[in-house]
Amino acid sequence: MSIIFLILAAITITGASAAMGLRNLIHCVLALTLGFVGLAMLYLELGAQFVGFTQILVYVGAVAILSVFAIMMTRSAGPDAEAEAALSASWISGLVVAGATFAVLAWAIITSNITAAASAQPEVSVKDIGNALMHNYAVPLEIMGLLLTAALIGAVIVAMPQEKAP
Amino acid sequence: MTPQTVDQIFVITKAWIMGHVPGAAQPIASAILSVAPVLAVFPLLFAITTVLERKGLGRMQNRYGPNRVGPYGFLQPMADGIKSLTKEDIIPRSADAVVHFLAPILLVLASFLAYAVLPIGRNMVIADLNAGVLFFFAIGSMVELAVFMAGWSSRSKYSLLGAMRAVAQMISYEIPLVLSAIVIIMAAGTLSTVAIVNMQAVYTHGLPHWFLFTPWGFCGFILFMIAATAESNRSPFDLPEGESEIIAGYYIEYSGFKFALFFLGEYLGMFATSGLAITLFLGGWSAPFSFLTWIPSYIWFFLKLLAFIAAFIWVRGTFPRLRMDQLMGLAWKFMLPMTLLNVFDVGIWHLMPHGILRWIVCTALLVIPALLLGRALTRKQKLQVRTYRYAD
Amino acid sequence: MTPLTGYLLLSAMIFSVGLAGALSRRNAILVLIGIELMLNAANLNFIAFWRYGPNPAALTGIMFTIFSIGIAAAEAAVGLGIILAVYRHTKNTDLDQMNSMKG
Repeated sequence: MSIIFLILAAITITGASAAMGLRNLIHCVLALTLGFVGLAMLYLELGAQFVGFTQILVYVGAVAILSVFAIMMTRSAGPDAEAEAALSASWISGLVVAGATFAVLAWAIITSNITAAASAQPEVSVKDIGNALMHNYAVPLEIMGLLLTAALIGAVIVAMPQEKAP
Repeated sequence: MTPQTVDQIFVITKAWIMGHVPGAAQPIASAILSVAPVLAVFPLLFAITTVLERKGLGRMQNRYGPNRVGPYGFLQPMADGIKSLTKEDIIPRSADAVVHFLAPILLVLASFLAYAVLPIGRNMVIADLNAGVLFFFAIGSMVELAVFMAGWSSRSKYSLLGAMRAVAQMISYEIPLVLSAIVIIMAAGTLSTVAIVNMQAVYTHGLPHWFLFTPWGFCGFILFMIAATAESNRSPFDLPEGESEIIAGYYIEYSGFKFALFFLGEYLGMFATSGLAITLFLGGWSAPFSFLTWIPSYIWFFLKLLAFIAAFIWVRGTFPRLRMDQLMGLAWKFMLPMTLLNVFDVGIWHLMPHGILRWIVCTALLVIPALLLGRALTRKQKLQVRTYRYAD
Repeated sequence: MTPLTGYLLLSAMIFSVGLAGALSRRNAILVLIGIELMLNAANLNFIAFWRYGPNPAALTGIMFTIFSIGIAAAEAAVGLGIILAVYRHTKNTDLDQMNSMKG
């Protein structure tokens, strides 16, 4: 296990844990951004350049900023927001469930017989991704376009302030 | 010293130094030798630009700029640097100290990272990435987060307001920026900046194949530069940081060296986006005429960059500031349809046979909708007689 | 321990952290962030299997991940829109108190 992988994994886990554990919501989102950047660097380490840069562009550049805007607009970040309880009433069961899930997954991974030989880094260029998107995955691409349009219009309509009836 | 040697002088020097480096340290030495010139040159360019801007703006406003320090005021950046380094670093008591500290660092980091994919000269790029243009835009989107961090961590109403405005402006203009670059990617068929420049560095009849000299390239260039001005929060889009509007927007509560870091980050972002515009539209390091190729490639890159800086300063001194709703209206109602039309246009260019007809069709397809759209959007704003209402 | 096992364990860890946060936190926005973390863990799984799997030339892992990133972004946008609408109605983002459909 290379040292780079261990460092990046440490960064990602720290970011993810801090995102779920911190009290101040804006700090949570910033820690989440650190986790996303760690994940993007893991993708680059695995040789998926396009996915790594797309991860930064979409998650860090859009989803994190969107979360921050939502926190601002729902007043969850002021001084009076920090006085409230952060954890739900049933947080113990949440942690137990998450722990059990991790135990099951880890047991499955460690005891399985993955014969993954250390193959060479696959050279994938953006042109190959484009070709695949246009030929094999053309239908999912069009459906994604429809989905994104529907999500755009839907998000605007759902979040629009409603006019008070006169 | 043949022109080729002068052109490749930095590459030859680096290869010579790498010959003396032991084998184990080769990767790190190569990285340091590639990165150090960028780290040295661009802050120097920033320093020169600050004084050029102040003098240029001063002359446009019929006054001298700074002219006390050094010959014609050109050592003013040194005075500014010493001042900002020796000022007291004030952090407001209710500010969030960690985020307050990290925001300028993240801004400068993101701005410096963007230079990794710009080819400064022939064979002179730090990282020849397969997805170079995508890397540039991904790093550019990290700047918005830094701006928000700066504005929120100061816990001040003015800075939060300025940060929200700045982030809204930056995410609105990111879409026309990326879409106008996609036109070039479609025409070139690659996301690698080095390949795009190499494609433009060929000459027919002495004229280069720059993408600027095509209808869709020209329209894309104009849209890209407008969006780049808005992305760098530069006049006439500097409502989030305008001095007469909101004092200094999201970096009011910063003083001393951190303020200088914000300035550095903003100007570096401006240079990086200009560098990308040069790479995509103006042929990177290639000369404008084939008989001028004896001038080294990096000289051409910096000449074009200086022309862009001059244009930025000129625009700053000329146009009044746009209001927030005018700014957003421009982004969503004018530039987004125009960039989409541009993408359509490059497709038509690619599919039509060569000749004068495709020039006429593609140019008409861009000019007529631009005129019609502009006219439709400004039609409702009739100028009325100004009336005043006073509080009784 | 092969590199693939390392990546899969990391992905499982991120998934569990996201799940723990989504189940234990009170604020609705943090639950959404937990869901984003879970989606990211699945993406890491896809890319790890693409890299160390039998047929990297088919680009299946990369395609899944690209679509997953797009869908996650759309879902975050709509989810946050819904949270904003509910907040505007009840002035509260506390999930423990959103237990009635009658508005």
